[in-house]
Amino acid sequence: MQIDAIRSRPIYPGLAIAPLARRHIFALEGEGAGALLDIAGSLTPAVLGRSQILYVARGSLGVGHHGALQTLGAAFWAAPTVQPLLGRLDVELSRSHMGTRLYLAGTEGFIGQAMQVAAAHGIDPASVITEHRGSLARRVQCVHCKGVTEGVTASPFVCSHCGLSLFVRDHYSRRLGAFQGVNIDAEEPGAVPPPEELYL
Amino acid sequence: MKGDLQMRVTALHDEAAGIRRVRLEPVDGGALPAFSGGAHVVVAMQDGGVTRRNPYSLCCDPDDRTGYEIAVARAATSRGGSAFIHERLAVGDVLVVGAPTNLFSPDWRAKKHIMVAGGIGITPFVAMMAQFARAGLAFELHYAVRSRAAAAFAGVLQDRYGPRVKIYAADEGARLPLAALVENQPLGTHLYTCGPERLMGAVLDTARNAGWPEQALHSEHFMAPPPGDPFTVTLAESGREVAVGPDQSLLEALEAAGVNPRYLCRGGVCGECATKVVEFRGTILHADHFLTPEERAESRTIMICMSRFSGDRLVLNL
Ligand code: FES
Repeated sequence: MQIDAIRSRPIYPGLAIAPLARRHIFALEGEGAGALLDIAGSLTPAVLGRSQILYVARGSLGVGHHGALQTLGAAFWAAPTVQPLLGRLDVELSRSHMGTRLYLAGTEGFIGQAMQVAAAHGIDPASVITEHRGSLARRVQCVHCKGVTEGVTASPFVCSHCGLSLFVRDHYSRRLGAFQGVNIDAEEPGAVPPPEELYL
Repeated sequence: MKGDLQMRVTALHDEAAGIRRVRLEPVDGGALPAFSGGAHVVVAMQDGGVTRRNPYSLCCDPDDRTGYEIAVARAATSRGGSAFIHERLAVGDVLVVGAPTNLFSPDWRAKKHIMVAGGIGITPFVAMMAQFARAGLAFELHYAVRSRAAAAFAGVLQDRYGPRVKIYAADEGARLPLAALVENQPLGTHLYTCGPERLMGAVLDTARNAGWPEQALHSEHFMAPPPGDPFTVTLAESGREVAVGPDQSLLEALEAAGVNPRYLCRGGVCGECATKVVEFRGTILHADHFLTPEERAESRTIMICMSRFSGDRLVLNL
């Protein structure tokens, strides 16, 4: 699903249940629902009984998964957008204890943001079980105005905050959960190459 | 080795029955290299004709840069180091001490630190707790001992940290409540254990069975090289043969012969002394914690600080 040539970029090995965990929290975005549904056959009632699913259907492709996730039999909650999902995840984690494992599936931008919520609770990123699903769209932070633009599929693109034309660098910051965008026409304003759709 | 320090023994103190604390200060004065809780140093000692280099955890406050302290248990079957420290070391003696190395660092991102010590395994935690307390971090120490008389540092730790220190004396019938310890701990708790292998195994298994991820589990193995039958090793570069005595590790025998292989832990955990096996007829007796079962079976690598050999030819890439 993605090019693994970027060293700063995390790898997402795929969802698999940690069999000894006391509790499982799944935070899923859009196509990320498929990552859990694909392993549904291996989820025992005991595991589901100790599971909580937080879901946000982002983008047209994610719409159809509410029903399938709900029928799994785990506690289910659907968020209208990503921000409330992250807020709810924060609350769930603050009530959790060691023995709770976190699973994240969806776009890289979503995984990166949810990972930051987890890190604030002292969860080691390497202990979070992740799967990349859906668009390769990037979350990009403008190095000039620090504004973050979501869902960037082309480079260069126009920063949604300061309006500069930004080239998307292949440098991923785990701390920000975002790639870097650098102004491309600083020398010669207006000399911007046509955008290429690189991250669909 | 580079970074070796000449240090003078400035105090010897019996912390508990059979446990001696040694304070070492640099012969030349000046501030010592910094270290953090969990670090160890390798101390060289003359034991008859043999130079022993044993690793010991530093058990002093890392903020004190004027001296290092170690605590050594008198081992039932001493391989030299322990008997030397208990019977022959005197105030004023000078020892060669390697620079501190840390293979048991606390995870500073943790929300809480739980330490489980058995016996002399208390030493790294003495230094860690000084740092945790100063940084205002949440921590607990659970310390299993044979008896209170054998519990080194128990009094001073209880004085310093109060109810955060719990002691379980076997002769009073107290046991570590392992299952309860790993229950209901806040997310972001890290667990550290040091002591006898059986205790560490039980601690780690209990946490794993309660769903703790590996990233939150830390252990420090204190292992001395096992004795065994003598054997001979051949060095591929020079064709030289070196005899390894029954009570000497391969690494010690090589050092005595003037070969100085790399090492850090001398206890089979760090991987630094991994040495390529060029050829062997016989069995490599792997005794480390580093190689995977597959690597052991292949025997293309040997950890010379711990492992021995039985057979008629062993050639190492040295
Ligand atoms: S010196 Fe660490 S494994 Fe041998």
